[in-house]
Amino acid sequence: MKTTPHLRRFGITGRGLVVALPYLWLLLFFVVPFVIVLKISFSDIDLAIPPYKPLLEWIGKYSLAIKLNFNNYVFLFTDSLYLNAMLNSVKVAFISTLLCLLIGYPMAYGIARSKPSTRNILLLLVILPFWTSLLLRVYAWIGLLKANGVINNLLIWSGAIHEPLTMLYTPFAMYVGIVYSYLPFMILPLYANLEKMDWTLLEAAEDLGCRPYQAFYKITLPLSRNGMLAGSMLVFIPAVGEFVIPALLGGPNALMIGRVLWDEFFSNRAWPVASAVAILLLVILVPFMMWYQSVQARESAGAR
Amino acid sequence: MATSAGAVKAAPWNDPSARPYVEVLRVSKSFGDFKAVDDVSLKIYKGEIFCLLGASGCGKTTLLRMLGGFETPSSGRIFIDGEDMTGVPPYERPVNMMFQSYALFPHMTVEQNVAFGLKQDRVPRPQIAERVATMLDLVKLSGFAKRKPHQLSGGQKQRVALARSLVKRPKLLLLDEPLGALDKKLREHTQFELISLQDQLGVTFVVVTHDQEEAMTLASRIGVMNYGEIVQAGTPSEIYEFPSSKFVADFVGSVNIFEGKLIEDEPEYVRIASEELGGTIYVSHGISAAPEAVVWAAVRPEKVFMSTAQPEGSDNVVRGAVQDIAYLGDLSIYLVKLATGKVVRVTQPNTSRHAEAITWDQQVYLTWDPSSPVVVTR
Repeated sequence: MKTTPHLRRFGITGRGLVVALPYLWLLLFFVVPFVIVLKISFSDIDLAIPPYKPLLEWIGKYSLAIKLNFNNYVFLFTDSLYLNAMLNSVKVAFISTLLCLLIGYPMAYGIARSKPSTRNILLLLVILPFWTSLLLRVYAWIGLLKANGVINNLLIWSGAIHEPLTMLYTPFAMYVGIVYSYLPFMILPLYANLEKMDWTLLEAAEDLGCRPYQAFYKITLPLSRNGMLAGSMLVFIPAVGEFVIPALLGGPNALMIGRVLWDEFFSNRAWPVASAVAILLLVILVPFMMWYQSVQARESAGAR
Repeated sequence: MATSAGAVKAAPWNDPSARPYVEVLRVSKSFGDFKAVDDVSLKIYKGEIFCLLGASGCGKTTLLRMLGGFETPSSGRIFIDGEDMTGVPPYERPVNMMFQSYALFPHMTVEQNVAFGLKQDRVPRPQIAERVATMLDLVKLSGFAKRKPHQLSGGQKQRVALARSLVKRPKLLLLDEPLGALDKKLREHTQFELISLQDQLGVTFVVVTHDQEEAMTLASRIGVMNYGEIVQAGTPSEIYEFPSSKFVADFVGSVNIFEGKLIEDEPEYVRIASEELGGTIYVSHGISAAPEAVVWAAVRPEKVFMSTAQPEGSDNVVRGAVQDIAYLGDLSIYLVKLATGKVVRVTQPNTSRHAEAITWDQQVYLTWDPSSPVVVTR
C-alpha cells in the first residue's frame, strides 16, 4: 500500500494504520473504561450524581490534591461476604468447567470423527442455541425445572415419583444452567483441535500393541490438551463473573461475585465498592488469561 | 534372528513343497458397491521383500491394510506363519506397519516413539533401553534420540518410523509407500539401505508402491495389481521380460506394443502381420493362442536397434523418421514415426562421447532380435 508522501512525513503509513486500529479499539473499549473503574474504586462514596467524590480536587488556586481512598479494598477483606462470594464463584466456575469438559469432550470427539456431511449438521446444532437470547433460554429452564414444570410432570405421570422434586432455585439448577449455556464454548475449541488430529496415529498405536482405549489415553488425550485448555478457559473465565444464571436459577443462596457486584452497584449505589470488587475479580482472572495466552502462543508456534 | 540372509535367493516360490510364510487365500474386500480387492490369492515366503505394485486405487493399500488388521476381508482368509489371522485386531498381530505418513507421535521424542511398542508389551525397562539404542544405531539416528518429530528432516522421520516398526521384531513388516515422501537422490540411497537392513534382520517385508523402479530395486518378487486383482506375480526380471498381459508390459517400464494377427503359428516360431507396424513380426518361440487370433507383440525400447543402413531380411524391419530425441546423458530416447503413423520409442546407450549422432527428421531403420518380442493375448 502506498501512502501519499505528506502523510508519511507525520509517520503515518498504511501498515501503521492497520496495526493501530486494534490498539485504538482496545484503548477505547478496554483501557479507558478500566481506568475509570479503577479511579472510582479509589474514591469515597457520596450522595450525589455520580455517587462518588472526585479523586482530584483543587485546594486554593494553585494546588491540586489527589485523594486515594483504600478503604473500599480494605472493606472487601474485612467483610467476609466478598471473599466468600469470590471463593464460591471460583468453585462454581471450576465445577462447571469440569462438567462441561466431561460432557463436551465426547461430543466434540463424536463430531470430529463423523462423516463430513453429518459433521456440519452436528456443528450447526451446537451453534443453534446462540440464535436465541441467553435470557430466553434460561427462562425456558425455569419452565422445565419448576415444581409443576415439564420434568416433574413427566416424572409424576410416569409414576417414578409421587411428590414433585425441588430442582429450581437449587445449586443443581444453577449448574444445569451454566453447563448448558457454556457447553458450546467447550465443544467448539475442542472440535477445532480434534478435527486437525491425524487419525493414522491411532492406527499406528494399535499397530504397536495398544487396544483402542489405550490408544485414546496415550495419543488422543495428550494431543488434545491444548483444545481442552482453550475450552476450559473459555468456560471458566466468564463463569466466574456469571450473574444472570445464578440469579435466575440459583435462588437466594447462590452467592456469586457477579451478583454481589450487581447488588452493590444498583441496590446499594455503592459504586466505589462495586468498582473495587470488579478490580479484584480482574486481578484473580488475569493469571488464568495469561496462562491461556502462553498456551495459545505455544500452539501457534507449532511446538506441539 | 533365525533366518539367514539370502534365504530368498533359493527362490522358494518355485518349490511346491515350500511352506508359505504369509498366505492370502481368495481374499475380497468391498466398500459398498466398490470391490477394492477382488479374489486375491498370494503366497509370500519367509525373508522375502514382496512388492505390491499398481496405480493408485488398484487395491494394493487395502490388501496391505488387511494384512495389518486395519481392514477385515469381506471374504477369504489370511494366514501368517500358519496361524489364521483373518479377524485378529492389529494390536494382537505379530505384524508391524510403517505408515505412508510415518504417523510418528508428535508429543513424544524419537526415543519414546521407538520405545512405545515395547512399553506396551511390558518389556522390562533395561531391555527397552538397550533395544531402542540398538535400533537407533542401526538406522543411524543415535544422536537424535531426544528430538521431537517436528525437529527432524523427512529422511530422518522415515528412519524413525522404520525403527519404531522394526523394534518389536515383527514376523512381517508392512511398508506403505515407504520412500514416497523422499526426494529422488535420497530415495535411491534409502532403497539400498532398506535392503541391507532387511538382509540383516531377516524380517519378511511386504511393500506397497506405485513406483515401478522402486519395486524393481527392492523386491524379491513383485505382484502387479489392477482393479483389485493381482494380474501377475513374479521376480522383477520375470515381470519385465515376460509380462503376461498388455497391462503389465505397459505398466512396468516403457514398451512398444504392436497389434497384429497370427499368420504362422508353429511350435518353434510365430509370424505376426501387424497393420500398426506396417510389416511382419517374427518371433523365435512358440506361443499358445488360437490361429488367426488378434495378439499384441511387445518390444522394449532398449531392444530396438536403430540404423541408417537397411538391415537384411524383411521380418522385424521397419522404416521411419526421427521425430524427437531426448538426451539423458547415459542414454538417449528417440521417438521414431513410422509410415503408418505409429510412434516407436527407442533407447540407445551413449557408449561413445563423439558418436555420429542421428538427428531430427532423419530416415532410419528399426529392427530387433527375433527373441525380443513378447507376445500377449490380452
